[in-house]
Order: sequence, then structure tokens, then C-alpha cells
Amino acid sequence: MNQKYQIVLKTFQKGGIHPPENKLTAAKQTEVLPLPVSVAIPVSQHIGAPATVIVNKGDSVKTGQVIAGSKGFVSVNIHSSVSGKVNKIDSIVDTTGYKQTAVFIDVEGDEWVDSVDRSDDIITDIKLSSEEIISRCQESGIVGLGGATFPSHVKLSVPSGKRCDLLIINGVECEPYLTADHRLMLEKGKEILVGISILMKALKIKRAQVGIENNKTDAIVHLKKLAASFEGIEICPLRVKYPQGAEKQLIKALTGREVPSGRLPIDVNVVVHNAGTAFAVYEAVQKNKPLIERVVTITGKTLANPGNYLVRIGTPVSLLIEKAGGLPDDTGKIISGGPMMGKALINTDIPVVKGMSGIILFPSSESDRMPSQPCIRCAKCVSVCPLGLEPYLLMLLAQKGLFEKAEEERITDCMECGSCSYTCPAGRPLLDYIRLGKSTVIKMARERVVK
Amino acid sequence: MSTLFNISLSPHSHSQETTKKLMFGVVIALLPALFTSIFYFGYGALIVTSVSVISCLVFEYLIQRFLLKKPVSVTDGSALVTGLLLAFNVPSNLPVHIIIIGSLVSIGIAKMTFGGLGNNPFNPALVGRVFMLISFPVQMTSWPVPAGFNTGYTDAVTGATPLAIVKEGLKNGEPLSDLITQIPTPSQMFLGNMGGSLGEIAAIALLIGFVYLLMRKIITWHIPVSIIATIGIFTTILWLANPAKNADPMFHILAGGVLLGAVFMATDYVTSPMNPKAQIIYGIGIGILTVVIRVWGAYPEGVSFAILIMNAFVPLMNRYIKPGRFGEEVKNG
Repeated sequence: MNQKYQIVLKTFQKGGIHPPENKLTAAKQTEVLPLPVSVAIPVSQHIGAPATVIVNKGDSVKTGQVIAGSKGFVSVNIHSSVSGKVNKIDSIVDTTGYKQTAVFIDVEGDEWVDSVDRSDDIITDIKLSSEEIISRCQESGIVGLGGATFPSHVKLSVPSGKRCDLLIINGVECEPYLTADHRLMLEKGKEILVGISILMKALKIKRAQVGIENNKTDAIVHLKKLAASFEGIEICPLRVKYPQGAEKQLIKALTGREVPSGRLPIDVNVVVHNAGTAFAVYEAVQKNKPLIERVVTITGKTLANPGNYLVRIGTPVSLLIEKAGGLPDDTGKIISGGPMMGKALINTDIPVVKGMSGIILFPSSESDRMPSQPCIRCAKCVSVCPLGLEPYLLMLLAQKGLFEKAEEERITDCMECGSCSYTCPAGRPLLDYIRLGKSTVIKMARERVVK
Repeated sequence: MSTLFNISLSPHSHSQETTKKLMFGVVIALLPALFTSIFYFGYGALIVTSVSVISCLVFEYLIQRFLLKKPVSVTDGSALVTGLLLAFNVPSNLPVHIIIIGSLVSIGIAKMTFGGLGNNPFNPALVGRVFMLISFPVQMTSWPVPAGFNTGYTDAVTGATPLAIVKEGLKNGEPLSDLITQIPTPSQMFLGNMGGSLGEIAAIALLIGFVYLLMRKIITWHIPVSIIATIGIFTTILWLANPAKNADPMFHILAGGVLLGAVFMATDYVTSPMNPKAQIIYGIGIGILTVVIRVWGAYPEGVSFAILIMNAFVPLMNRYIKPGRFGEEVKNG
């Protein structure tokens, strides 16, 4: 289809908001962050069972070496991102504010394992079979780099009885401030397209659509030009709206299909992967390079030098902030991820992990919530919810402890996009209470199954 | 590092829309109607509006501060809006003591007894208006003839509203063709040169306010459009069935409080339904009841009662009419 004359851009219809984009670093070329003095690599950087540590204190490790093995099907390997000596296996505070086990390595040089192809040339010939691709993904530690960190090989293993006819690549990056995927599409466009072809081979399908929001016209133009030499890959510009990068909304925008409540994209014959994940799959399959580094946006209005950096996993966030000009005196909040769904960090020693797409610094004036006032029943929260829920009601039910009713009102459908709390004119903590309700309802449902 | 960072949960940004900004947005949308009321009714309009606004603010302050002993929230703008809307629902020659009583009922009974902003089931300004109508029927139905600053206040020359003229005339058996000559023309009604309450006379002022509210995203189109469309369709059917005994739809929409009610009263956040499907049914209900009361009921005007009756159904509608859920049925594109 000739997209040149498309006047009305596709998007999802229900709900959504338009927060200010603040893409301060969209034009900043990705730079390689210098190696840190030491790294702390957590064993749980993905949804599913944490990996089991297989190294000991004092061991020498090389860049790309497995240091923790995947535990079960929904799990992946964790690799050392540096070469050096294992200092200790200890706990460290991660982005959630809680502690988890991490492998601490003192960096010595940058010696890689022999199996990795470190050349720069782009290999387009896909030699691995479909099954080999899927196991290579798990071995190489590939997880969803959009932030959800779901093990990619699981998504590629279509269960029997289900069918996939379309691969959707998420190049939307709908969160304000973040530009890592944007830069990757501009700088590694061909590699991403090869990665998409690899994913298509793994899924045994012939069609892929890349969704990109219209605030990245340079990336759209660049990828469209490159995609001409690839089979079956369509670049689709989308109208800018949050949360278009949420997979259910992206699927709806591109195909009109609605993933039913409680089900997965495969139930509407679609598999979705982030653009950064496609790049990581390229590196894993064509270069035998495991997931040991990623592009991270370091940004904020108060930073002297915001930018995009290629960072080794396990690098402390403080090093990124230092490279961006140092921690400004007026820093009220540090966010890992985007402002809508990201996590506020308790300190800057927290290591960069696979799911960390960006670090945003907020001044104190933008860090504190407005005081909560009574609900005026304006129903703006209902009008912006992309899933057709009623946040004011879900908050009330959670407050009153009416969890059975909350379950009936589909509280577990909530994807925690934050559109409701963002919009509420009375500054009510809608999402806080919805989270409380969700966790309680999920626990109740689990206990019901056990009985 | 001795700096403490804020670690509240996502989202970490806010739209910056506040209750106060929304309320003051409504005030701005009411300004055209306020200017036209002063233009046509002179000092009376000024007195009635000021007394109503000041009384509402003072009563809310006194009740919150001394009776409930809770934090005072008069600055959020909601009492100001109630004060303006209450004034817009009464004639410009209404004596001061009646306005004060109406304000006390609106704020004290219809709003504060239920728990203040956000908790009242019925539209406070309408409750105040209906209370005054029932308690002071003579003063609440004597309508000054518009004469600018020569209208006077309690000494104003009065006449009947177009709705009353038509209703009484039809009851007495006069043909509609005769009655049409006694009432203002549609263009006069559009611009405000007619008898009625402060806010209902000038359709154009109310429509400007409507457009402003839509642009500011303070209200959506669903309630006003469904009310006006329902009234239009219902009165068209009646008019086509019997043009001698029923006024045309344009008259019904321009005369009386339909536009004021549809744009400013029925769209009150607290007392209207919480999703578009329910809002449209709400609007249809108000439209039907308005016409029923106007044509077959005892009063010439039915909008206030229609809205209050539908207010009573809102909790039920919120409970059983839900917004369309994403992924309700398997949709394949």
C-alpha cells in the first residue's frame, strides 16, 4: 500500500491522553558509555524465575560469559557484561526499591568470550533454523526490551492450538522523554530489519508491521527506505497518543483486533516485539552476542548534557548521570523508565538492567504530587481509560475493601498506564488504590484455584 | 549521597488540570449570559447575581468553618458556580431575602448535608430554584419586561414569558396563529429580547458558552446534544401531528430554560452520569420529561423538574450502564 498519501493516521479509539512529549534527546547520537570500575548484575531482570548463579567469589569472567543459568522455561540466562573478577554475590537494591541477589564484578580490561563475532558488518543471511533461533534467544538472555522484560523465546514458541499470522514490531516509544528506540531505529535500522526477518522465520510467518508514532518522522522515512529490500515488512506511521505502545492498543491501532480481557496477543493471532528486542535478536542470532548492553536515554530538563548511551548491564545509574553533566542540585526525583509508568529510584547506585530504557531527572517543583481533593465525578478518568474501565469506581471499591465487586468490574484488566491519575483534576491517587485492588484480587483468585 | 528523593508511585506527571480551573472555566462560559442579562435587565440583574453569589460563598464558608468544623474549600469555585447558576434561574426582580433563602437551601441543604462537593445527588442550584418556586410562587413567576437599565428592580414592569403565553393561550382555546403574534420572534429569542429568568433569555450567549466549554474540554457534547435533539424530535412529532395546538420545535428550544439547562445545569459533573452511554440516555430522559411537563403538566416550564427527576436515576444508571470495555468480545479487524 502506498502510504505516502495517507491523510488520516491510524490510532486506537478508546481513551488515551496527550502528555507533553519532552523528547529532549531525540537528535542526540548514541554514544558508548565508558566501562565502569565495577558492575552489579542482578539475577532477576525478567518476568519469570530468577536465574541461578553459577559463578563464585574470586572467579575470573569474560564479557559475554554466562554467570547465571535460566531456571525453567519462563526464564533466561544472565551474562557478564564485563571482564574481570567476581568480587561477591550479594544483595543490592534494584529499581523496585527492594533488594535482590546480584553478581558483583570488578572490571579488568574488556576481554570477550571467543564465540562472539565482534565485527561491524551487517550479516543479512539467516543461517539458523526456526527452532535454533528460539533456543538461541533463551541462551542469549533475550527479553522484551520495551520494559516488560518478558522472555522473548516464550513469545516465539506458539502453543499448539494457536496460530500466528502477523508479527508487530513496537517502535512506538509513547512515553514522554524516552528516545532510546528512536535512536536505535535511526542508527541500526538495517540490523533491526534483519532482526525482524529472524523473528518472522522463528514464527514461520510472512508478514510484519512496524508501528512508529508520527513524532519520529526521520525514523519512519529511514526505515521505509531500508524496508524496500526486505520481504513482508511494512512500516506503519501512527498518530501520537499515549499509551499507543501498550501492546493491546498497538494491535488495535494496526489491525483493529481487540485482545479479549484476560487473554494474550496470540489469541488474536499476533506476536508483538519491541524494536530494541529485534536488534538484540539480530546480535544474538547473527553475531552470537548475548544481551549484555542496551541503549539508555539519560534525560531531564535540569541536566546539563542529556543524551542516549550504550550502557553495559550492571553499570550504576550514577555513572550515566555523571556523563550527562552530574546530578543537578535541584533533583527531586529520579525515574527509571518513563514518567507515566516508570519507577522512582531510592538512590543512584542502582544498576542498569535489561528493562531500563531511560533515566529521567525531575526538579523538586515537578516531583511532588498535588494534594488529593474530593472526587467531583467529572468522569474524565473514565473517558481516558484505554481499556474502558471506571477508575473512580475501582478506587472506591478498593478503599472500601469490596474486592469481589472490584473483580466483577474487571480491575485485573488494568495495565497501570497511569492515564487516569494523570488526568484527575482532583489529584486523586486512583492508580495507587487500583494497584491495591489488583494485587488483592489476584491473590484471592489464586487462593480460589488452590481450593 | 545525603539527598532524599521522592519515591512516589507512577504516574510521575500530571495534566495540571484542577477542579478550580474547571470551575472557573464554567464561570468564564457563563460570562456572555451574565452580560446579556445585565444588558436586558439592568440593575436588577446585577443585584440578584451579586446577592446570590455572595450568599452562596458566605453560607458555604460559615457551614464548613463553624458547623462542620472542616477545612474551608470555598476557593475551589464550586459555590461561585452554584451562585451564578442560581441567579440565572430566577427573575431579575426577585427580592433579596428570597435569594438568600434560596442560596441557603442550595448550599446548605442540597450540597452540604450530603457531604459537600462531589456527594450531592441533586443539582444544588435547581433544588434552590424549585424550593423558591414552590415557597414563593408569585415572586418567582413575575417576569420583568426587558428594558435595559430602565427596567428597575422590584418595581419593574412585568409580563408573561413566551412559554406561559403559549400555554395559557392554548388552554383557553386560542389558536396558535394568534398566540404567535403575542410572543417574541425567533431572532428576538435568540438574541435575548424576551421575558424570562436572567440566564435563559439569550440563546446566543448560551451557545457561545457551550462552544467555550467544549473547547476547554470541560464538558462533552453528549448531554446537551441528546437533550436538545430529544426535545426537537418530540416537539416536531407533536407539531406535525397538530400544528394548531402545538408550538414548533424551534420555539420549544429557544423559549424557556432548555439551552441553559442542557448546557449548564444537566452537565453538572456531580449529578450527571459517569460514561457517554448513560449520559445519552440521561439526556433523552430529560428531553422527554421536559416536553411532557410543558405540554401536559401544570407548569409552563419543565426543564428544572426534568433534570431533578433524572438526577434521581443517575446512581442506577451508573450501576447498570457501563462504558464499552476493551476486548469485550473477540473482535477481528
